[in-house]
Parts: sequence; structure tokens; C-alpha cells
Amino acid sequence: MYNRNSNKPISKEHAKYLSRIRRNKIMVRLSQVTILVAFIVLWELVARLNIVDAFITSQPSRIINTIKSLYQEGVLLMHVSITIYETIIGFVLGTILGTAVAIVLWWSEFAAKVADPYLVVLNSLPKVALGPIIIVWIGAGPFAIITMALLVSLVVTIITVLNGFMEVSPDKIKLLQTFGADKTQILKKVILPASIPTIISAVKINVGMSWVGVIVGEFLVSKAGLGHLIVYGGQVFKLDLVMTSVFILSIAAALMYQFVAWLEKKFLKWQH
Amino acid sequence: MNSKVVVSLENVSLKYHSLEGETPAINNISFKVNEGEFIGIVGPSGCGKTTILSLIAGLIKPTTGQVLVYGKKVQGPSTSVGYMLQQDYLFEWRNIMQNALLGLEIRGKVTEDSKKKVERLLDTYGLGDFRKHYPDQLSGGMRQRAALIRTLAIDPKILLLDEPFSALDYQTRLVMSDEVCTIIRKEGKTALLVTHDISEAISMANRVIVLSERPATIKNIHEIQLTSEDNTPISRRQAPEFRQYFNAIWKELDVHV
Repeated sequence: MYNRNSNKPISKEHAKYLSRIRRNKIMVRLSQVTILVAFIVLWELVARLNIVDAFITSQPSRIINTIKSLYQEGVLLMHVSITIYETIIGFVLGTILGTAVAIVLWWSEFAAKVADPYLVVLNSLPKVALGPIIIVWIGAGPFAIITMALLVSLVVTIITVLNGFMEVSPDKIKLLQTFGADKTQILKKVILPASIPTIISAVKINVGMSWVGVIVGEFLVSKAGLGHLIVYGGQVFKLDLVMTSVFILSIAAALMYQFVAWLEKKFLKWQH
Repeated sequence: MNSKVVVSLENVSLKYHSLEGETPAINNISFKVNEGEFIGIVGPSGCGKTTILSLIAGLIKPTTGQVLVYGKKVQGPSTSVGYMLQQDYLFEWRNIMQNALLGLEIRGKVTEDSKKKVERLLDTYGLGDFRKHYPDQLSGGMRQRAALIRTLAIDPKILLLDEPFSALDYQTRLVMSDEVCTIIRKEGKTALLVTHDISEAISMANRVIVLSERPATIKNIHEIQLTSEDNTPISRRQAPEFRQYFNAIWKELDVHV
């Protein structure tokens, strides 16, 4: 029975419904945590009991030790921050430049038509194939890595954002024209604000793309960063180092994605 | 009556061009609108009614003939003409106040005075408490009212209404046509209403122009004189002459399904 004295009495059926929803939510969370914990415990266990060779599979306790020793050597933060820095520069640059090019192509229908086949080819080309060229032209350094990350996200951004621009309702543009708006005003008052959801979803894609570009770049340049640690660990057969780097990478990538999702919520407060 | 002519179309024709060929939209249309008049334009769907409004608004240019507003040839959108579209097209990322200010913003005329004027319009027409609300928090009728205020904010002397109620349900539509009519008379505007709804045209306008099928030509112009008490669209619908006008226009439209 529900409490008649509570300030918002709810019916029995509704209380049942609410508790069912709540229980379902808890079950999902619980299952997620259980899988993670079970995976880690099992991994540690099979390694300790010598069912698998920990030299090849590594194990959670070794990963923790590797993180510790990397930290004590003072290189952990260096590698992590280099990779994160390159990724952020990559996707911010990719988003800004991509949007800028999309604006140019929106402005001139002629330019858009001319650029179309080139965009199609560049979009389907695996940008990783350009890695060696970039290194030869730019030099094996962080610039080459950022360029790699930029290339991976740029074309996708141009195409996504331009499509977003084209989908803005022509009647909204007509409305502005009845007030005598020129092209700059149409861009500023309707095209850009209406495309903010598209641009943010492009940012979301770019975060992932940029990670790919940066890690591949670090594979090729291999001087510092998580990608370098992974390649180096693989070459000297230190699987602990490889697993540790992958572990840190997944946490960093997840955090960055959450950050973008938070930005989206903040910017799109008019979407209910 | 010796009123001032504010809009005049002289032998206006317009053709649309596409790769498939050219389509004549309107053919040799001439009429004059006096100051303070409420003109209804009815015609079969797709006959080029909207084209006439677009011409007066200066969004497109006629192929032949000329369109004059206040005696001057229309060259582009002008401050004396306000256009209300079929839907409200309120920008969902702007609140009601910001939406109402849109036209002034584009014209670069947002001042303390003009802001106060818009606030007064919102207050007068029952949206004062919704200034900070976003469009999707408002009902269809309220959104349409906000769109009308956005048009009135630039203080146009002539209002072009392109089936402004077609997106609303029937009841809201009757109420809104009453409201809009009252607002337009109160603000002393000249209005041209395009609609496919014969009753709506008769109940709101004092002259109804009947167009033919595409390419549109003028079939007839009816002076509407109804004996009604307060002259609002809803009471005008009760007038004894209403049915005769309706039947006459219905016959002229010659609808076949």
C-alpha cells in the first residue's frame, strides 16, 4: 500500500511501474559491472594458474605494475599528454577547417559541383596510405601526426557539414529573404545555427577519427605517445606495455567522448 | 471612394524555367489594391497564387508587366511589405522574443525603442509571459501569433498572408482568422490573403479575386458586402449574403475531382 500522507500520492499501479523501470535500470548497470569485474578476475586467475602464458597475454596486476613503473620513471604523463594533445588539435582543426570549406562550398554552388568528384575520391581513399608521403614532406614529428589526424577527419567533416547546410529548410531561407536578408545574413542567422546539431555530430565522429589518425601517425613516426608505446612494446615483446597502453587509450578515448557529449547537451539546450 | 492605391499589378506575367521546359505560372494579371483594403485571393491549388505574393514581396521579378508598390516599381524586398508564410517557421534555437526580433535584426534596426515596441506587441496579443519560451513549448495558434508579431515588428504597411492558417486545426483556424483580422484592422494595415478556403476569403476580405487554373488569369473580382454586427470573420460567416458569395465563387472555381 502506498502512503496516503505523502504529499504526492501515487497509485499502486504507477508505483509498480516506477519500481519496474528502476529495477531494470539497476539490472543493466549491475550486469555491465559484473562483466567487467568477471573479465578482470578471470584474466588474472588464468594467468596466475598458468593456464595461459602471462608473457603473451599479460595480466591485470602486471598492467597496474607497468602503470606504476611508467609513472615512477616520469614518462607516463608525457606519453599520455602527447597523444591527447595531438588528438585534440587534430579534431578541433578538422572540425574548424572542414566547416570552413563546407561554408565556401555552400556559398558557391559552382565550387561545390566542381569539388564533388574530388571529395568522393578523397573520402573513399584510406588516408593511412598517405602516411609515408606525409612523413617525407613534413618530417617525422608531431606535425606529421597531427596532419595525419587532420586528413582522416577533414573530408568526412566537409561532406557531413555541407549536407547539413543543404538540408536547412528553403522556407526558413525564404523567410529571411522576405526581410531582405543577404547571403551573409542567411549564413549567420539560419544556416549555421540550424546546423549546430550536425556540426556537433561531426565533432563526435571526428573524435574517433582523430584517435585513429594519431595512433597510426605515432605507429609510423614512433617517437613518443601511446601509439609509440604500443609499437615499441610489440617490437621488444613487452606485451605488458602494449596492454597497458591500450587500456589507458580506451579510458582517454571514452573520457573525450563523454566531454563532447556534455558539450552537446550544453549547446543544444533548446532541444527538449 | 477616392482611396490611395498602394499595390498595383499591370499586365503581369511570369514563366518558370526548368530543364524540362518553361511553365507559365501567371498570365496577364492586373489589379489594384487601395490603402486599408483586405484582399482575398482564391484559386485552384497550384494555380500561382503564391507567385503573386512573391512578386509583390520582391522575391521574384515578373517576365513581363510591372508590379508597383506605393507607385514605385518593385526591385527587391522592401520595408513596407511584410510576408507571412504558410507555416510559422519560428527558429527553434531562438526564444519567442528573439524570434520576434528577427526581421528587425536583419534590417539592422534593433534599438531600445523597437525592442519595447515588440514587447508591447507580445503583451497586447497574449504572448507577454512567453517571451523567454522556446517555440516548441507553444501551441500552434500561439506560434502563428508569434509569427504575425515577427512580421508586424518591422512595421510593414502591407501584409501578405500566404495561407497562414493551413497548418492549424479547424477550430484554431477560425479563432486565429478572427484574431489576425482584428489585429490587422487595429494596426491599420493593407492586407492580401492567399487561400484555397473560399469561406475564409469571404469572411476576412472586402474584395475577393478569383483566379483560373494555371496559368492563372483573373476570372472575377467580388466586392464583398455583408450585413453583420461587428464585422469579425466569425460573425460575417453568419451573414445572409455569405452563402450567395460562396456559391458564386464555388461555381467560378469549377472544381472537378
